Amino acid sequence: MKKTSAICPFCGCGCNFYLVSEDDRVTGVEPSPNNPVNKGMLCTKGWNSYEFIHSPDRLTTPLVRKNGKLTVSTWDEALGIVSARLKEIMAQHGPSALAFLSSAKVSNEENYIFQKMARAVFKTNNVDHCARL
Amino acid sequence: MTNSINEVEDADLFFVTGTNTTAQHPLIGSRMINAVERGAKLILVDPREIQLAKFAHLHLRQNIGTDVAVLNGIMNIIIEEDLYDRDFVENRTEGFQELKAVVSRYSPNVVEQISGIRSKDLIEAARMFAAADKAMILYAMGITQHVTGTDNVKSCANLAMLTGNIGRPSTGVNPLRGQNNVQGACDMGALPVVYTGYQKVVDAAIKDKFEDAWGIEGLDDKPGLTITSMMSEAQKGSLKALYIMGENPMMSDPDSTHIELALSNLDLLIVQDIFLSETASLADIVLPAASFAEKSGTYTNTERRVQLSHKAVDPPGQARADWEIVQDICRLCGYPMNYKSPADILDEINRVTPSYAGITLERIEKEFGLQWPCPNQEHPGTAYLHKDQFTKGLGTFLPCEFKPLAEVPDQEYDFILTTGRVYFQYHTGTMTRRISLLEREAPEAVVEINPEDAKRLGIKTNDRVELSSRRGTIRLKAEVTDRVPKKVVFSTFHYIESPVNLLTNPAHDPVAGIPEYKGCAVRIRRCA
Repeated sequence: MKKTSAICPFCGCGCNFYLVSEDDRVTGVEPSPNNPVNKGMLCTKGWNSYEFIHSPDRLTTPLVRKNGKLTVSTWDEALGIVSARLKEIMAQHGPSALAFLSSAKVSNEENYIFQKMARAVFKTNNVDHCARL
Repeated sequence: MTNSINEVEDADLFFVTGTNTTAQHPLIGSRMINAVERGAKLILVDPREIQLAKFAHLHLRQNIGTDVAVLNGIMNIIIEEDLYDRDFVENRTEGFQELKAVVSRYSPNVVEQISGIRSKDLIEAARMFAAADKAMILYAMGITQHVTGTDNVKSCANLAMLTGNIGRPSTGVNPLRGQNNVQGACDMGALPVVYTGYQKVVDAAIKDKFEDAWGIEGLDDKPGLTITSMMSEAQKGSLKALYIMGENPMMSDPDSTHIELALSNLDLLIVQDIFLSETASLADIVLPAASFAEKSGTYTNTERRVQLSHKAVDPPGQARADWEIVQDICRLCGYPMNYKSPADILDEINRVTPSYAGITLERIEKEFGLQWPCPNQEHPGTAYLHKDQFTKGLGTFLPCEFKPLAEVPDQEYDFILTTGRVYFQYHTGTMTRRISLLEREAPEAVVEINPEDAKRLGIKTNDRVELSSRRGTIRLKAEVTDRVPKKVVFSTFHYIESPVNLLTNPAHDPVAGIPEYKGCAVRIRRCA
């Protein structure tokens, strides 16, 4: 059994807990007793937050729409299409024809690299996330 | 939040409006209840009788969308009765006369007519607030998701400054942020107008700085599109491609019919997520991402605390961390990045972001995170903002006039629908609806309706009802309850089976771009 310190994925409280895992499976959470945010407590959502991690519905491969249907693909194919199409649309219609929606659920580092992509690579400030929603 | 979660325990008074704290921020809600049991006062301003009402000394149930009038009314009484903090107003603020001129029009009688709050209660609230040494204002989307959201927040700030309740522990203007990294996404510049740390895209010196840091030229110096404008530009056809990482606008945005039209009109829709969400189902390309447990990184909570989360297990199948996917796309598009881990990215964030400069991996690993602003390696972080002066020097009162909801009830649509979340579910439900215990407790959408209205319409608890607005119709189960006032119904946006955002009004705040989820006109009837 392994314990890994993590931050709850739900609301903005930012409760600290330990993900309890066995091999490659998270089996539960334990609140962190000493941190100043939740001081050893968690709400029902926090206590149960590990369960969706291993949901059978998780996406496990890239999907590409072919003949109207999302079809199992590979990273090479999917990222090849993504980069080619983004470059093509930018060349044809300019940077303002592209937009990027980042996420209040991913890390700071991922938000940083995402807005950097929009701005540095595609030269647009069309980048936002769901803070308003 | 201007202040910290820990400070909740030492406050003398809480002014809580537009946050159902025990349901949506349970660990802050429980701290508030502890403080109230110790002797702190609680003024709740909320149309619904949420759980906190049981602990409130005063519960003001305002008509939906009348927050500015209520706050102005409270300030007017505080000024009229000379209960305001003269020292603070004279030494730290400007614009008091302008504030006084505006709020003087909101006498208790006027406010009673607009908001439905009895004069006596408003006066009691004003006196109670003014008497507190340390008053904390706490709010959430209940006041921001209005066409007057910015005015509502400004009015809260006016009240805090008028009474000197800012710049000290256990005071302040404290928005409770609804997602685990919504604060961080804003701090990192995932906004159309700013780079990291709120450095403006229109500022030429800032643009130069980022061009140097990123080794490129030609950064865009004009504000970009907000999420709401992206959808309308897509529908018009001027926006051709949209890349969505970890969001589900099909469920979370107002007027879903319009969102679906907008997304289908794109030439290219890329969605990166952990599940095939309602939005991902419409995509041309779907990229499988790692969940929070399968990657390391930092997250910034509602009190500005940057905290580290570690990888526990590998992602399933071929799923990869979001940062790795984005880095690959940048490389394929001719901009190689060489981050070996999230730590390398944090290092760059430290270098380009003054408020995050001292929040290094080495430091947050040793402690329980650090609160920004933290401008250097020696700085201890900032528990509360605006200590001796405001960022801009003096705090300016920004008085606002009351404006009604964008869509008021009429004969055809005679109820106001207000939306929110329930304790057992979260946002669009992609995560919580896959957790058995939570799904057991809150398996389906419910609309709350007041007993008097229900009786008139022949609706009983558990009846199926039809809820319609000018934008759409949904069917769901009724709960007859005093929790909602007359002529108001409440429901949530967690359930795809009854997607309440088919009904909501996309009219939005002109400054913040936040749609008015908290009030639109609907009609309700029992299904035959």
